[in-house]
Amino acid sequence: MSTKVHELAHSRAGDKGNTSNVSVIAYDQAAWDILRRELTEERVMRAYAHLASGPVTRYELPRLRALNFVIEGALGGGVTISLARDAHGKSLSYLMLDIDLPV
Amino acid sequence: MTKTRVRIGAGAGFSDDRFEPALELAERGELDYLVFECLAERTIARETLSRIKDPETGYTPYMRDRLRMVMPACMQAGIRIVTNMGAANPLGAARVIRRDALSLGLPPPVVAAVVGDDVTEIVRAHPELRLLDTGEPVESLLPRMAAANAYLGADIVREALARDAQIVVTGRVADPSMFVGCMLHGLGWSYDDYPRLAAGTFTGHLLECAAQLTGGCFADPGKKDVPDMARIGFPYADVDADGSVRLGKVAGSGGRLDVATCTEQALYEIHDPARYITPDCVLDITEAEFEQLGPDRVGFRGTRAAPRTDTYKVVVGYHDGWIGEGEVGYAGPNAVARARLSEQIVRERLKLRGFSYPEIRVDYIGMSSLHGMGAGRPEPYEVRLRVAARSPDRKAAQAVGFEMRTLNVNGPAGGGGTLEALREVIGVRSLLLPRHLVHPEVVIEERP
Repeated sequence: MSTKVHELAHSRAGDKGNTSNVSVIAYDQAAWDILRRELTEERVMRAYAHLASGPVTRYELPRLRALNFVIEGALGGGVTISLARDAHGKSLSYLMLDIDLPV
Repeated sequence: MTKTRVRIGAGAGFSDDRFEPALELAERGELDYLVFECLAERTIARETLSRIKDPETGYTPYMRDRLRMVMPACMQAGIRIVTNMGAANPLGAARVIRRDALSLGLPPPVVAAVVGDDVTEIVRAHPELRLLDTGEPVESLLPRMAAANAYLGADIVREALARDAQIVVTGRVADPSMFVGCMLHGLGWSYDDYPRLAAGTFTGHLLECAAQLTGGCFADPGKKDVPDMARIGFPYADVDADGSVRLGKVAGSGGRLDVATCTEQALYEIHDPARYITPDCVLDITEAEFEQLGPDRVGFRGTRAAPRTDTYKVVVGYHDGWIGEGEVGYAGPNAVARARLSEQIVRERLKLRGFSYPEIRVDYIGMSSLHGMGAGRPEPYEVRLRVAARSPDRKAAQAVGFEMRTLNVNGPAGGGGTLEALREVIGVRSLLLPRHLVHPEVVIEERP
């Protein structure tokens, strides 16, 4: 059995230089337990591997039931010089929400 | 005069934000302060270029429209305005704001310009300073540098307010610091009171992107719905002297303000949540919690802060050549194959003309332009090919869009909707500058 992160959490993406910052916020305690266990740095790096050089760092905020992922080398050299249309990587939250997790 | 509570509203979250929500706050929000945050990382470098062409400009293009809209209501109600829309020319901005107030028939306001964020010459004198991302000295960027600006802190905003300014216009000030400056002044906080600075900085961080706290960037139909998004109300914060905070928005405005919207904005661009560095403190939100106090009413607790660092962060804007791009669309049978053929043709044309590029990016809009070409993407009914390239040479960059445009008659069958664009690139890099090298200052504009 697997489920998409989209079923468990919501997310927002932001930028700083060439680094993308993607939050993952669980809808409830059960979702939080799964995310904390399964949404690892390795899994996130695999999902972003064709876009980002990495590394990926995961921060935990248990009181907010949230994870904060910092994905380096993800924005085509940085917002101001990137050739990408979405230079800020605002759409990258939904790449996170598209990840399949075992449940 | 020190108060026991202040209400601070967010009038804009970026330079091209909607206009009406600020007026709604000014007229119906019962505010003490209205803060407009309008500077992206590269804005000042761009505005520096405008100022070189015309010394009267250099502030953000919408500044006058925004302030002319809210000044009558703000001055009547005694709401003080703080904004970084001064960009590369806070002094010129202050003059223009005062003139505009007079032409609106308002009593002449005291306008304070905050200067000293422009550290271009200081950086030029210290080529040994190291860039934050690569650790290399800034020296190699200096010949191409357009501007260098330090993120100033809340202390200089407080000083401007303490000199009775009704309007404070700045260049680069850290986004949360504009809000914290209002708190320092209005509530009489000490600049070394870190528990209060923590609450204030977190509040500023939550407010600085305006609608992103009240339902903007949030809706996902069926999963996370937001009411009345065409009329989203911008947020305000009620801050008590003891550092407790309640977030709200004007009754009857659109959007939503709850624990979920606040949590998304809390983590927005924060990176390490135990060490969010501003000029005022090092904020730690790892123990922070939100509480729904009522409809569209949220409080928080648990913020902490460590003392501020002994440096200011500086953004260096520099010329980085040109980006040229073009697009063409295809639909129906074999659409993707025809788009791929166009990509080959354009690459070959650019080569034939003798152009080469450090980087060419190809997007299939509808398939790969946002999340890249992941495995197993289905072919869409219609697709747009986009080709973009960077070059130090304007002509080479311009050729990209030109060759895309020529596909109109020279390309594959059924290509439509060509577009081309060319822009000058201002790159930005960061470094840290010791505090003692930076001298923020308040200049009061009182001339008629």
